[in-house]
Amino acid sequence: MSAVVTSAVPAAFLQAVKVDYWAVLPLLIVLGGALVGVLVEAFAPRRSRHTLQVVWTLLTLVASLVVLAGWSRGHEAKTLGGSVVIDGPTLFLQGTLLALSILAVLTMAERFPGQDADAFTPMGAATPGSPYEAAAARAGLTTSEIFPLTLLSVAGMMLFPAAGDLITMFVALEVLSLPLYIMCGLARRRRLLSHEASLKYFLLGAFSSAFFLFGAALLFAYSGSLDLVTIASTTSAAAPELNNLLLPGVLLVLIGLMFKIGAVPFHSWTPDVYQGAPTPVSGFMAACTKAAAFGAILRVAYTAFDGSRWDWRAAVIAVAILTMVVGSVLSVTQTDMKRLLAYSSIAHAGFVLVGVMAFDKAGVSGTMFYVAAYGLTVIAAFAVVSMIRENGSEATHLSQWAGLGKNHPVVAGVFAFILLAFAGIPLTSGFTAKYAVFAPAVTDGGRAGVIMVIIGVLCSAITAFVYVRIIILMYFTEPSSEDVTVLVPSPMTTIAVTVGVLLTFALGVVPGPVLDLAGQASQFIR
Amino acid sequence: MSSFPWLTTLLVVPLVGALIVVLLPKGSAGRAKHVALGVSLVTLVLGIAAATQYRRDAGTQFQLTERHEWIPQFGVSYALGVDGIALVLILMALVLTPICILAAWDDVPEGGTREKSYFALMLVLLAFMVGVFAATDVFFFYVLFEAMLIPVYFLIGSFGGERRQYAALKFLLFSLAGGLVMLVAVIALYHYGPGGSEGFLVEKLTGLTIPQTAERLMFVGFFLAFAVKAPMWPVHTWLPDAATEAKPATAVLLVGVLDKVGTYGMIRFCLQLFPEASKWATPVVIALAVVSVLYGALLAIGQTDMMRLIAFTSVSHFGFIVLGIFAMTSTGFAGSSLYMVNHGFSTAALFLFAGMFIIRRGSKQIPDFGGWQRITPVLAGVFLVAGLSALSLPGLSTFVSEFLVLVGTFQKYTLATVLAVLAIVLAALYVLLMYKRIATGPTPELPEPVSDLGIRERLVAAPLIAVLLVLGFAPNLALDVINPAVTATLHHVGVTDPTPLNAGSDK
Repeated sequence: MSAVVTSAVPAAFLQAVKVDYWAVLPLLIVLGGALVGVLVEAFAPRRSRHTLQVVWTLLTLVASLVVLAGWSRGHEAKTLGGSVVIDGPTLFLQGTLLALSILAVLTMAERFPGQDADAFTPMGAATPGSPYEAAAARAGLTTSEIFPLTLLSVAGMMLFPAAGDLITMFVALEVLSLPLYIMCGLARRRRLLSHEASLKYFLLGAFSSAFFLFGAALLFAYSGSLDLVTIASTTSAAAPELNNLLLPGVLLVLIGLMFKIGAVPFHSWTPDVYQGAPTPVSGFMAACTKAAAFGAILRVAYTAFDGSRWDWRAAVIAVAILTMVVGSVLSVTQTDMKRLLAYSSIAHAGFVLVGVMAFDKAGVSGTMFYVAAYGLTVIAAFAVVSMIRENGSEATHLSQWAGLGKNHPVVAGVFAFILLAFAGIPLTSGFTAKYAVFAPAVTDGGRAGVIMVIIGVLCSAITAFVYVRIIILMYFTEPSSEDVTVLVPSPMTTIAVTVGVLLTFALGVVPGPVLDLAGQASQFIR
Repeated sequence: MSSFPWLTTLLVVPLVGALIVVLLPKGSAGRAKHVALGVSLVTLVLGIAAATQYRRDAGTQFQLTERHEWIPQFGVSYALGVDGIALVLILMALVLTPICILAAWDDVPEGGTREKSYFALMLVLLAFMVGVFAATDVFFFYVLFEAMLIPVYFLIGSFGGERRQYAALKFLLFSLAGGLVMLVAVIALYHYGPGGSEGFLVEKLTGLTIPQTAERLMFVGFFLAFAVKAPMWPVHTWLPDAATEAKPATAVLLVGVLDKVGTYGMIRFCLQLFPEASKWATPVVIALAVVSVLYGALLAIGQTDMMRLIAFTSVSHFGFIVLGIFAMTSTGFAGSSLYMVNHGFSTAALFLFAGMFIIRRGSKQIPDFGGWQRITPVLAGVFLVAGLSALSLPGLSTFVSEFLVLVGTFQKYTLATVLAVLAIVLAALYVLLMYKRIATGPTPELPEPVSDLGIRERLVAAPLIAVLLVLGFAPNLALDVINPAVTATLHHVGVTDPTPLNAGSDK
């Protein structure tokens, strides 16, 4: 445990740091696994690379999850000189992230009838449509580096909610983001769109990182430390002439974080990136980036900025309301399935923010439950999207989904169920999750909480219209084209979709155990 | 009292039946309707057996109770139980379902998977209908209330008429919007309740002291959802569309049973949980109810589409039910409870018999008919009986309930009652005009000869007419069960009947 640091130099730099290895072992496993993955990429023969990488990545994630569940739970502590905080929320979110990434990796590894991962280009560096690209495809090149990149990103995500100071948080932010920027640009089809997504994500992401850093600098000037606990304790004791630094600092840090969850008005990248990125990567981002970023938001909001929350609360409430309204209204007008899911994910981020703003333990557990439940559903959703094809490329235009229920009743049924879960119909996890974030907002959020919840349910009705329209399209409309087919997925995608859908149902009917887990894990260590 | 979980059995049997129907192998897909009919009959028998366990003089509000923890973190229990009102409504649903399945026998002529899902959805719906009336946990009720929309949505959207998608979507959005507003009130209600792992039980939420504004807002949240469901003017517009586009059997379950959830919810939740706010809202609700009564009746007269006409009569009748509930006199209240049952059978008869006309003529338009009593005398006859029950002819069951509602309301709201009585005249108009246009006149010249009711259709008609007659001559069969529940609920609201003007005098 670090004492309150008053000097400008973190204590970690001055003395030997004690590390609780059991607490951080899951993180180390993933990082180590990623590095080994890079070596595999360098040395393994091309033919067996895909299989090797998939197996290795899954092994790493499972091992990390096992260690986390088996040993790290008993080692809740601040470690690495206070830079990493392994407490209940961290462990719950890390476990969620690992479980979700396992499913996401399964969908990324899908080959369909091809030789290597179907969603990714054979050669990311080749200009789209160039002879070089054709040559790379002929030579059977693969971008199996997607898997170590995923592991690196997961490591950053696991560190994100665990960060005990703003520098660690920034490092985590970059570690999780940089691999994602690359992964977004590696789509096999519609590569220009994919490149555009990658560039947009990178530029806006860099921009938001700058916001975050500037905010951190202001907070450092204010409190003389980047440590979250010190910032919190300074809030009440700082010299009054410094107060002008606090609020801008807090807001800028929050802007940096809210960019990652796609909250309005920092959302403009979301639809473009979700549309352009390889579909499994979109699912991975929608599930895991959100979970990690909400973990970081919870941590700063509840442990560092809670003393000053009356100053910045109104701004975040406004953002939450805007996010719900803009996300749900704009999803009405979408004609592309991936963009529609992107706007729906924006609306969902707004719902989760309502839970964050409750400032209560129930709000923490509700938020964590929501991101876990939503992640499971959204990975399955994007996996289904990747299976619907017309002439080889993904049929993401809504008109191509018409009449799907007639020719492919199982796939359409699964997707309809997923949509009902997004809409928050009871007996799906979408409903219990919504209840889990709305209830603390009404109970502890005061009048603003009630207003947010009322707006939230009205927006739910709007999004329900969107989802039901798709169900109508799939079931009650004549097919627009005979060429739309559903690829037969390998067991891997099948497992991911099945697990996602079954858990979506199970968390709607018997959410008790997971709610319990989230409830027990909702106490932050300061 | 036995400890056998009667109500759970009533929930599980139809669900298992639905599963069996879905899993029927391809070769025997044609058996779907037989299985569905069998399952619904078994459920009916079980329901009657459960009803025999019910004691009129038991001291508790709910009987046949079951309670298990479900989501203790939210305070939610799996809690079932019935009082008199819920019991008769469940029995009504149980009786109507096999009749509807029988009436829907040839609704899906193409057979196969579609036929299987049609009848499976009906059985799923049956389970939800039992559950929603039997739930004694507010959250559990809400879950069923919302989840129920999905099978109905598919029943209308997949199997209805030409504009079925529009009708299904409209139905879903209206109900969902109302329900979501109710969700906010549900969350807030728990907050004001005792909390804990069983904090959503109705009995724990009864008799709370809630700040006035909060109580009123929560009342509005609940009432809005129920008003959409019931449906009351001005949020009724989904009903005519849904009723005309759905198959007659679906329309029966929708209007006859599901919409009762609205009025039942007003009794069970609005009145019992928010008594003060209910009294506060009474003037507005009574006004809306009277508007519904007259508006529904007037629009019914103007309809040319049979199904829409019947739907509008229902809007009018639901106005009567709400009127009786919010009059808050024991007579009006008992009348409304009985009205819910009677209306279920009366509307079922109208929809199903109208459906038999429609399938023979291939048109829903009244002007396409005329003189049909000459070619289908039995059908025209039973249709007349059903129509007379809709206009509350003495001797048929609806007369008793409508009379009780009017008497009960007159004790407190003279003007509202006088206005509502006008609807009786209007009812005579819309029923008799429809009958006249369909059944009387010269023998129609049709391209193909039509036959009168077959055996299956007679089996549909007979029990409906029988119930209308039996409850018309012996309403006490139902009233005796309903009355203790009425007294209990009014006790929770804390109102007493006004003293009759001549009380105390012997003459």
